[in-house]
Formats: sequence, structure tokens, C-alpha cells
Amino acid sequence: MINTNLLQHLDYSVLQQCMHCGMCLPTCPTYDETLRERHSPRGRIAMIRAAADGQVEVDRAFAEEMYYCLGCLACQSACPAGVNYAELFEHARAEVERRGVLNTRRRNFIRWITIRVLFMHPRLLEALGYGLWLYQRSGLQWLLRKLRLTRLLPGKLRALEPNTPRVRLPYSAGRIKVLEQPSGKIDASRRSYRVALLTGCVQDLLYARVNRATADVLLANGCEVVTPRHQPCCGSLHAHNGELELARELARRNLDRFDLDRLDAVITNAGGCGSHLKHYGGLLAGDPDYARRAEVWDRKVKDIHQWLVEIDFRPPTARFAADRVTYDQSCHLGHGQRVVAQPEQILRSIPGLELVPLPEADWCCGSAGIYSITQPEQAAKLLQRKLRHIESTGARTVASANPGCLLQLENGIRQDPQLAGVRVVHSVELLAAAYGRELRVEGVGGW
Amino acid sequence: MSLLIDQLRPIVGQQNLLSTAADVLPYSFDGTPVLHQRAACVVFPTSAGQVADILKVAAHEGVPVVTRGSGTGLSGGSVPVAGCVVLCLVQMNRILELDARNLTIRVEPGVITQKIDEAAATEGLFYPPDPGSQKISTIGGNVAENSGGLRGLKYGVTRDYVMGLEVVLADGDVVRLGNQCVKDVAGYNLRDLFIGSEGTLGIVTEVLLKLLPRPAARKTLLASFHSLEAAAETVSAIIAAKIIPCTLEFLDQQTIRCVEDFSHVGLPTEAAALLLMEADGPATVVADEALAMERIARDHQAIEVQTARDQEEAARLLSARRSALSALARVRPTTILEDVTVPRSELARMVAFVAATANKYNLRIGTFGHMGDGNLHPTFLTDERDTDQMQRVEQALDEIVTKTIDLGGTVTGEHGVGLAKKAFLKQQLGDASYRLLKMVKATFDPHGLLNPGKIFD
Repeated sequence: MINTNLLQHLDYSVLQQCMHCGMCLPTCPTYDETLRERHSPRGRIAMIRAAADGQVEVDRAFAEEMYYCLGCLACQSACPAGVNYAELFEHARAEVERRGVLNTRRRNFIRWITIRVLFMHPRLLEALGYGLWLYQRSGLQWLLRKLRLTRLLPGKLRALEPNTPRVRLPYSAGRIKVLEQPSGKIDASRRSYRVALLTGCVQDLLYARVNRATADVLLANGCEVVTPRHQPCCGSLHAHNGELELARELARRNLDRFDLDRLDAVITNAGGCGSHLKHYGGLLAGDPDYARRAEVWDRKVKDIHQWLVEIDFRPPTARFAADRVTYDQSCHLGHGQRVVAQPEQILRSIPGLELVPLPEADWCCGSAGIYSITQPEQAAKLLQRKLRHIESTGARTVASANPGCLLQLENGIRQDPQLAGVRVVHSVELLAAAYGRELRVEGVGGW
Repeated sequence: MSLLIDQLRPIVGQQNLLSTAADVLPYSFDGTPVLHQRAACVVFPTSAGQVADILKVAAHEGVPVVTRGSGTGLSGGSVPVAGCVVLCLVQMNRILELDARNLTIRVEPGVITQKIDEAAATEGLFYPPDPGSQKISTIGGNVAENSGGLRGLKYGVTRDYVMGLEVVLADGDVVRLGNQCVKDVAGYNLRDLFIGSEGTLGIVTEVLLKLLPRPAARKTLLASFHSLEAAAETVSAIIAAKIIPCTLEFLDQQTIRCVEDFSHVGLPTEAAALLLMEADGPATVVADEALAMERIARDHQAIEVQTARDQEEAARLLSARRSALSALARVRPTTILEDVTVPRSELARMVAFVAATANKYNLRIGTFGHMGDGNLHPTFLTDERDTDQMQRVEQALDEIVTKTIDLGGTVTGEHGVGLAKKAFLKQQLGDASYRLLKMVKATFDPHGLLNPGKIFD
């Protein structure tokens, strides 16, 4: 073979670190579903190790297994030995793609258009968003559905059409200025910060309002917010789908885009992105021009919840007029970034907000990046499980912290009569709303 | 081979038989480091009848059968024999009956240990054995290995809770041993023969377990000491004061430092030993015992004694002990966990010997374990690729085992013999007892097809 197996480049001690104790098994949604070892983290690591040793082929069975994995990283939280599963499975998928064992014309085309075109070119993605918006707003979507012309779509697309996400204009650029300063009323005794805000790709198209809310809570806590336009994708989609080279390219673009020396932190509000963004160091370790800067970057990237708690955020004073809230952890925020307590701490700081614990909040909702598209059946099972837990809390509001999760929950709730009227928000939106009420309350002289 | 699989398929159905390389590979090992072997296929029976049919086919074809639950064993008990059938019982995972009037629970072997205690709790009852892997270990595996846990001192081990078993014998006959009666002296106690038999005598397909009333209160303390002796004397003094805590665990300095590095629970890293103590029972008794244990620890020069104020803090203190192995495992690529056990009175001597041996062979060994019942877990932090170091590990292990036996101890307290401790068993038992083991095996499994090569050759 000309190219060497990517798995052989893995630091072997990462593989060896797995002592196959089995503590990951009860946390793995796919093992839970099938009770088969190969669908467990421990089983997958054994397969990866055997492939690295050349004992098994990187064949279709291997490939399908690596794509059956949600990549939720619950196993990383459970792992006593600290195995870096994310790195293992990203390399395994990369090897699958390098060999092309799953290649079909259709799959190649879809991967090309999404991974290589859209998510490499933010302006194209924005343009697609406008197109989708027009389709939805013009009544065309309504008309096609009414005439049941959606039946003409190929099978998989037809099933997905009802879940086409609603594009919400304007994008972040229409809501957030490139530079925003905290208002003059900030407590002078507090330190002030200068931070960059990452707007994300999907987040920007569908949940620009979350970016606005993030800017608001940062401003309310004395942070100057820099939000560059047309930001590159973070590359997490690429890294998780076997395109490590493209992920490296995007990491470089991001490093070029931000003047790290003049920033106290780079803020992300999407759990999935954050989990990847914090590992540019490892990704670019072999790149002499970027390796050092990538390490600085890793230290400065902060999830919004993590950052707020780090800078000792100011609890809002106005009462929150909301109902019961429950919090569903984004897997890559909780398992990937180990940001577990902070979101709840923030929600609890809002006066009048009743936070009800969600059973299995640390269990994947089935969104898992593009898993709900690639593995709809397993994703649907996980979504149902999640919805029943949400129902059991009696909460009228579900907070989470990743666009994929928000979208998955919205889609599930919309089609579930038991959950009619339940709304889905990002947790910082609730904090931003509470700060917002303060101003209004002051305006009318108390409440 | 295909003949074997063709006969097994109709028994369990296509979906419950695995035979491709990708499917079978992850069943090559259990929770034991270094050991692995490839099976021919894996079957997932759903009833005792299916198990019986599988054994008949295996007997007819002369193929060994290795029974497995979640594969968390620590002595290689469920590591396949080359070309064997792995009989995986995880799909037999129903709780059949919770009987609050007789204080029993009847379960299939694939039920997860922790789920048994959770089910018991719904009736205010308690299943005490809590092996380290309780979140995923199966009760069938616990019975096969006679697993212990943190509560052994006060509550005993799995054996103390097994009232009855349904077992499929090597020839496919199904027997029921034991019952719901507290007293039963009808015939030999065959039930006990199967507990801890590591799948070498028969396949357990149903377990009847004894339950206890759930303790009303619980109090957790953590004490640190400048010397191991002080910790050991504290334990002796507590027992001499007629207190039987449910947990009396200890961590040595190496382990304390690894745990602190890993979980930042605020452990004193300068301490030579930590004792984790827990009392449970009626609230007033627990309060008195906790106070007494605290006083005894202080009388024995404890550096500090912390008493958990609430459940949350108790969980945090307990996590220091629960994460001991995990924390040690992060340090080096290969972790070899031992399980030597000595009479309580010899504990301090044994721990000191382990530390001296680590020095002598220039090895890193972290020791933690159950101080209350003399069960130690010296843990070698090493790298299986380093042959020189692995050789020294073997020499050190040999000395530790010999010392254990000299002190009247046993080579395995709760992990079982399996493959890992096989070499030491004869040394401990002596010729006559060793021969007796083999006679029992030959009686139950004349063709040697049930988990052959485990416990002894």
C-alpha cells in the first residue's frame, strides 16, 4: 500500500489506555439498544486497535460500525482510564474515507456538496439559507406540501422534508455589530474583558437570535464583544466525518481570522463546535506555522457558560416570569467539554425560575451532528426516549446549548401532541431575557 | 465450524448468533489486561431451554463453551478459549419476581447488579454486594466469581445472598438448587458449589437472592494518617470497640496522589494512608458509631477526620475510593490489578511488604483495598510493551503471592482465579485440595467443555 494506514499514526498508547473494563457500556446509547459489544465504545476501540495492528480489514463492517457510533462521547465521561475516544473515532472515520469503503456516487455527491462546498464557504451557506428562507416564506413549501408534490422527492429526502429547519433571518450580522461595547452602567469595580464571539454555521442560519442573546449576556457582564463577519466553519463536521485535512484547513483559517493577542477569550455557544474548537492544538500539532498559536487558541476558547462562571457573572435581579424549565445537556458540551455544572448554575441564578432535573439529561437526543440524517432509525428512538423524559418533568421550556440539539428537540416536540406548547431555547436566551427585564423594570420604576 | 454454527442458529435465531470477524472480535477479552483469545461464535440465548440445547450441540461437536455476562471480570474468567462458543447471557435480563414477604428477588443471570438493588429499593429493601463494576456487571457473573465489594466486612459477599440457583448442566439437564427457605439441609449443599465456580461446572440461568431491610441512615467519614500502621491500628481499635462499619476502605500514598490528580476532591497528598469509613443502620446507632469512629481515629494520630454533612458530600468522599483504580489506570498504559487477601491482623505487614517489593524491583505499585476484610488491591502501573519491566512485575508478583500465602492469606479475595491466578492456586491449596477440585470438575463436566483451562489446567 502506498499510503500508510492513518490508524497506524495514532499514538498507540491512546489505544492501549483502554483497559476494557466495560465502564463505558452502560453509558453508550448504541450498546444499550443492541447489547452487542461491537456497538460499544470498548468494542469499537478493539476493532480500531485490530485495524491498527493490521489484524482486521478496514472494510464495510468496520466502516458501518464507526458511523453507527453517535460520537456523543458519553463514554469519555465514564472512562476511568481517560481514553481519548474522540481522537480514535475521528481517525477511524478518516481511514474509512481514505479507503473509500463506503463510496457510492450518491454518498460522494452529498459529501462533496456539504462537506467540501457548503461548509467550506460560509457565503455559499448563507446564500443557501436565503434560498431556503425564500422557499419557506414565499409559500412554495406550503404549496408543495399541500399538493403533496414532496412525494416526488427521493425516499430519504421525502422522509426528511417535514423536518427542514426554518431559516430565521436576519443572520447574526444583521443583529450584532462587529464591535459592541458594554453600556456605561457597568459596575466599575468589575474587570472588563474583550472577547470574540463565534457565530457558527447552522447556528447563524437557524439560531442567530441565540448569538444575539450571547452577545447581550456578555455585554451585561462587562465584556467588549468582537464579532467578525463571514466566519469560517469550525471544522467539527469535517473532523467527525473523516475529513481531517479539511478540518485542519478550517482551523488555520480561524486562527488567521482572530487576533488572539488582543482577546481574553473566544466565545462559543454551540456545544458541538466548542468541543472541536478546543482541540486545534492536537489537530495542528504537526504544523510548524500554526502549532503554537493553536495551543493559545485552545486555552482561550470558552463555552459561554464556562466563561460566565469563570468571570463570576452577575446574577440577574429581575424576577423571571417563566414556567418550569428543564435543562437537556448537549453531549459535546457535557461529555466533550466537561461543562456540566455551569449551565445549571446559570439557570438557577435567575430569580423565579424553577429548574426541574431532566432524567437522563446526559443521554444523547439522537441529533449527534448529522446522525439524525445518516441513521434516522436509531436517532428517532433516542429522540422518543428524550421526549418521554421531557414530558415526565412537566416543564414548559426546555433549555439546551447546541443548535443540533435545539433543532432535534423542536422537531420532536412539534410532532408530539403530549408536548404541545413546550418551547425550546438556548440557556443563554433565558439569562438574556432576565437581564432584559431588569432594564424594563427599572424603566417603569419597579415591579 | 460451519456445522456448529448451522446447528446453533436454529436454537437462538439468526439475530442472536454472531460469527463474522467484526462481530466476534470484541468478545476476545474481558476486563482483565493483556489476556485475549478469539472465539468461533457468540450466542445470545433467551431461556434455560435454549442454553440446554446449546450445551447439547457443543457436547456433540466437542466444542468448548465459555459463559459471559458483561465481560467485566478481572481474572480472565470469561476470556474465550480458542475456537469456543461464547455463551453470552446479557439478553436474559428480566427481573422475575420481587417478593417482599419472603425478602427475596428472583432474576435472570443477565440483570445488571445495580438494577437489583434499585428494584429492591422500591420496596424499602437492600441488596448489599456492590462490586466496583456494579453499574454494568451482571448478577450471573457475580455468582460465577462470587464477587465482593466495598461492603464485605459487614454484609459479606455474593454467596451470602444466593438462596437458590437454576443451573444447566454440561449434558443439558436443568437443575434447581436451593429455595426460598432460610433453613434447608436436604442433601449436599450443591448450590454453593456453583457459586464462584467461574462457569466451569454449569450455566446459571436463574438466581434467587436474599434481600435485607434498607438501612435507614448512613454516615461517611474520611480520615488521613501519617503512617500506615496508624491507619491499621485505627481499624483494629474500631473492631475491638465492637463496631462493624459497612465500609472500611483504605488508599496508600501512591493511590491518594493519583486520585487527587485525577478528581481534585481535596485529598491530603502528604498523607501515607487514607481511611474511608461508613456506618449504616438505624439513625441513632449510626450517629453514635460515627462519633466513636471519629474519636478512635483521632486517638490514633489521624491528621484529619472529615465527616460528610449530607448525601452529596458522602458521595464525594466515597468517589475518592471508587475512582482509585481509574485514577491509577491513567498513569501508565497497562494496569495490572491484584487481589491478594490476608487475615485482618496481617494487613499492615502485607501493605508494607508490597511497598518494599515495589522499591526492590523499581516498580510503581499503588495499593488500595478493603481494610476491614483484609482484601488488598496492589495495582501495578506498567507497560506491556516493556518486556524487561514486565519480567520484574512477574517477579514482584511472585514474591507478593508467596508472602500472602505465608501470612495465611489467599491469592484472590474477590476477583476469582480464572486464567490470571491459575499459577498460584496450587501453591495455596496444596496437593490434596487441588486434586479434590479436579475431581469435582470431572464429575460435573466429564468432557471438560465448560470454560476449560480456567481455575486449573
